[in-house]
Amino acid sequence: MKICEVKEVLNAELLCGDELLENEVSYAFGSDLMSDVLAFVKGKTLLLTGLTNQQVVRTAEMADLSAIVFVRGKKPGEDIVQLATEKDIALLLTRDTMYTASGKLYSNGLEGVSID
Amino acid sequence: MEDIKYVFDVKKDDFVRAGETSSKVKKILRELGIDSSIIRKISIAAYEAEMNIVIHSTGGQIVLEITPGVIRITANDRGPGIADVELAMKEGYSTATDRVREMGFGAGMGLPNMKRCSDRLYVTSSEGTGTHIVIEVDLKAGEQGE
Repeated sequence: MKICEVKEVLNAELLCGDELLENEVSYAFGSDLMSDVLAFVKGKTLLLTGLTNQQVVRTAEMADLSAIVFVRGKKPGEDIVQLATEKDIALLLTRDTMYTASGKLYSNGLEGVSID
Repeated sequence: MEDIKYVFDVKKDDFVRAGETSSKVKKILRELGIDSSIIRKISIAAYEAEMNIVIHSTGGQIVLEITPGVIRITANDRGPGIADVELAMKEGYSTATDRVREMGFGAGMGLPNMKRCSDRLYVTSSEGTGTHIVIEVDLKAGEQGE
C-alpha cells in the first residue's frame, strides 16, 4: 500500500514527508513498545503507535521504517517532526484508535508482520 | 579495507540525544557501502546498547570497529553493573523505571535484541564494576562495501 493510500484510509494529516507519499509499505506493525518494534519488524513496514517521543523516530530510523502513524490524535512536538524530516521518515496523524486504524488498514489489504 | 575505529561518549539520562550515536554508526556504515541488512542489524544492536547506557548506567562509551571480516560494537559503562547477567538475558526481565517504560523501552528486550541481531554477543558485568558488552556481526564477501 502506498503511504498516500494509508493517509486516505485513515483520514490522516501528513506532518512531514510529502516526497515519500508514493513509497510503498508491505506490512504494518502496531505497538507502543519500541523494543518490540526493533525485535519483530522487517522490511518496508508501517509503524502505528500512540507514543510521540524522539525514540519513536530513532527506532524507525534504526529499523529502516519509512513511515509512522500516530494514533488517537496524539500529535508529536516540532522537534520530533524535524528529526523525522532529517531522516526521511513520513509522519501521519489520525484520530482513530490503534484498533480502528489497524482494522481499516487490514481490511484494505495491508497485512501484519509475521513473528517467527 | 583497513581497520577503522570510532569512539563515542554516551551520557546517562540524556533521552533527547539518546540514539544519536547509533545514528552516526549507521551513517558511517552506509558511507562505507556495507550491505543494508548488516547495517540494520548493527544499528539495532548499537541502539539497544546505547539506550542501556542512557537508562541504566552512570555513563559510558560506544566503540565501533570495522575490520575486513567483522563489525564490532563495544559498549562500556561505568556502572552500576548487572547483578545477574543470565537473568538479564531473559526476554521480559527488566529493572527499568516507569519513566523509561513510558518511552517505549524497559520491556526486557534489550539484551535479547542485541543477541538476535548479532553473530556473537559477550556480556561481562558485576555489581560495582560496570558492564562490558561486545556485539559482533560477520561480514561475508560482497557485504563489505569498498
